[in-house]
Amino acid sequence: MIFKLALKNILGAGFRTWLNIFILSLSYFAIIALQGFYVGWQDDAEREIKNWDIAGGQYWYETYDPYDPYALEDSHAPIPEEVETMISEGEAISLLFTPATIYPEGRMRNIILKGIDPNQILIELPTKYLKDSENEISCIIGSGFADNLNIKEGDFIVLRWRDKNGAFDARDVEVAHVFSTTVLTVEKGQIWISLPILQEMLGLPDEATIITVKDEMFNKEFSGWQHKDLDFLLLDLTNMIQMKTVGSSIMYAILLFLAMIAIFDTQILAIFRRRKEMGTMMAMGMTRPKIIQLFTLEGVLHAVLAIFMGAIYGIPLLRHFEKVGMQLGADAKEWGLSGLDDALYPVYGWKLVVGTIILVLITTTIVSFLPTRKIAKLKPTDALRGKMTK
Amino acid sequence: MAHIKINGMLKNYPIGRGKFTALKGIDLEFAKGEFTGIVGPSGSGKTTLLNIIGSLDVQSEGSVEVMGKDIKSLSAKQSSRLRSEHIGFIFQTYNLLPVYTVYENVEFPLILLKMSAAERKKAVLDALDWVGLTDKIKSRPSQLSGGECQRVAIARAIVKKPDLVLADEPTANLDAENSHHILKTMKKINEDLGTTFIFSTHDAKVISYLKRKITLLDGKVDKDEIVNGG
Repeated sequence: MIFKLALKNILGAGFRTWLNIFILSLSYFAIIALQGFYVGWQDDAEREIKNWDIAGGQYWYETYDPYDPYALEDSHAPIPEEVETMISEGEAISLLFTPATIYPEGRMRNIILKGIDPNQILIELPTKYLKDSENEISCIIGSGFADNLNIKEGDFIVLRWRDKNGAFDARDVEVAHVFSTTVLTVEKGQIWISLPILQEMLGLPDEATIITVKDEMFNKEFSGWQHKDLDFLLLDLTNMIQMKTVGSSIMYAILLFLAMIAIFDTQILAIFRRRKEMGTMMAMGMTRPKIIQLFTLEGVLHAVLAIFMGAIYGIPLLRHFEKVGMQLGADAKEWGLSGLDDALYPVYGWKLVVGTIILVLITTTIVSFLPTRKIAKLKPTDALRGKMTK
Repeated sequence: MAHIKINGMLKNYPIGRGKFTALKGIDLEFAKGEFTGIVGPSGSGKTTLLNIIGSLDVQSEGSVEVMGKDIKSLSAKQSSRLRSEHIGFIFQTYNLLPVYTVYENVEFPLILLKMSAAERKKAVLDALDWVGLTDKIKSRPSQLSGGECQRVAIARAIVKKPDLVLADEPTANLDAENSHHILKTMKKINEDLGTTFIFSTHDAKVISYLKRKITLLDGKVDKDEIVNGG
C-alpha cells in the first residue's frame, strides 16, 4: 500500500521528481564509470606484472630488499636443489641481481644488472634475444629506459661491475633488443643479460637473488629464502590504485552530495508544503509512523527510479567505454604508473554495480528519513491548518 | 445509548506563559443519525469541538466519549483506528490529495482499511454515484470546480460508510447553488444510511437544513435547539 502511494506521489510531482532522478542517475553512472576505470587498470596491471615479472610468486634470498641497493651485492645464495629440478622442468626461473654502472654516451649511470636464463618462457621478458657469443655480451633493455639513456638496438654500452671479491671489471655490451612493457619493475634502471654470463662475471656459479615460480600455490620453505606470495608482491600496486581511487572518490562524493542535497531539499520542501496533506491523511486514520514511512519511501524511490534511468543511458555508454577504452596518449608510460598503456580499458563487475547501488540507496534512505522525523511531532490539528508543530 | 457523550469539557491552549480557553463547561450528547450544526461566530470554538469529537485533539478537562471510547485515553494508534473505521471528515478547503485522481482520492480511506481491490472499486463507484461524479473519476482535483471538489470530499468521507461525519464549514467556499446541492446530498446520505452528521458553520444556508442547532458563544454552549431543517 505504502509503496503504491509513494510511487503515485512522486510521479505526480512531475518535473521536480524527474530532475532529482536524473541527478541521482548521474551519480550512479559517474561512480560506476570512474571506478570501472580503476578496476580495469588494476586488472590490467596485475595481469601484466604477473606475466612480465612475478608469475605465480617469488622466493627472495633473505637479505634481498628491493629498496636497499647497498644490500644487493651480498643478496645471493646457491639455488636449492629442489628448485633446480623445478627450473629444469620449466616450473621456476632463477634471477641474479647486482649493482653495476653503464656509460652511455660517456655519461655514468648506476643500474641494476639482472641475469636471467635466455631459454626461459615463464615470463614474457624477451630473453630469446640474449644469444651470447664468446667475445660479446648482449643485453635487453626496456624502451622507456632506453629512451632515457638515448640508446637503441645495436648500440654498444660500457658496463662496469664488481665481482664477488670486489674486483672491478668492465666490458662492452651490445643492446640486442629494446622491449616495450608497461611493467616498470622489469624496466626502470636495469638491464638484463644472460644468467650464466652474469654468474660467471660475478664468480657466483649456480647462485641467485630471487627465484620466480609458476605455481601460485607453491609455497614450500627453503632455508635462507623467503616466500613472497602474490598479495605481497602486488601490494605496492594495490596501495597505489587505492590511493588514486580515494582521490577520485572526492569527485563522485561531490556529485553524490549534490544529488543528496536535491533529495534532502525535496523532502524538506515536502514536509513544509504538504503539511495539509499529512493532516488529511491523519484525519483519515493514517498513523504517523505510516506517514513517515510514506515520505521516506518517496525519497528512496527517487534512487530506485534513478537505477532504471541510469541503466537506460548508462549501459550503452559504459559498454562503449569498455570497447574503446580511455585514450591516455603515447606518453602515458612516462607517468611512472605500472600497467598504464596508451589506453585504459574499464571493467564493470557486478560487485562494483551492486556496491554502488547499495551505497546510493543507503545514503538516499538516510537523507530521506532525516527530515521526516519532524512528522513524528506533528499534531493533526496543526497539520490540517498548514502549521508546523513546535 | 448516546453516540457521542461530552461532560464538563474544557479545552485550553497555551499562549506564551498563559493559556487561552477555547471551550469550557461543554455538556452535550449526540444520538445516532443526527444532522446537527454547531453554529457561532469565528473563534467561538466550533472547529475545536469538532476536532476533539474526531479525536484529532484532546480536551484539557472533562470527558469525551465517541462510540463508547474515551478520547483522552486512546493511544495515537487507537485514535487513528477510530478515525479510520468510524469517522469521515469534510473540510472547508476540501483537502483533496492533489496528485490523485477523483477515484484515487475516494479510494484512499479504503486502502487504509485494507479492503480488497474489488470491494474498494464497488464502494468508490457507489460513493461517487451518491454525489453524482461518476463521469469525473479520472479527473484530478485541479481540473474540478469548487463544488465538485467538495462533492469528492463528501464521497471520500462516506465511502467507508462511517458512523459519524464531521464537516468543518463545508459550504464556506461554495456559491449558493453548490451549497444547496452539497447539503441536499449530505441530507440524503443521512436519511438513507443513517450516518450522523455534525457540522460547524455560520452559513445561514446550512442552518436551514439542520435538525438540531447548537450555538456556541465564547467557548460555551449558548443554545441547543431542535429545528425543522430540510
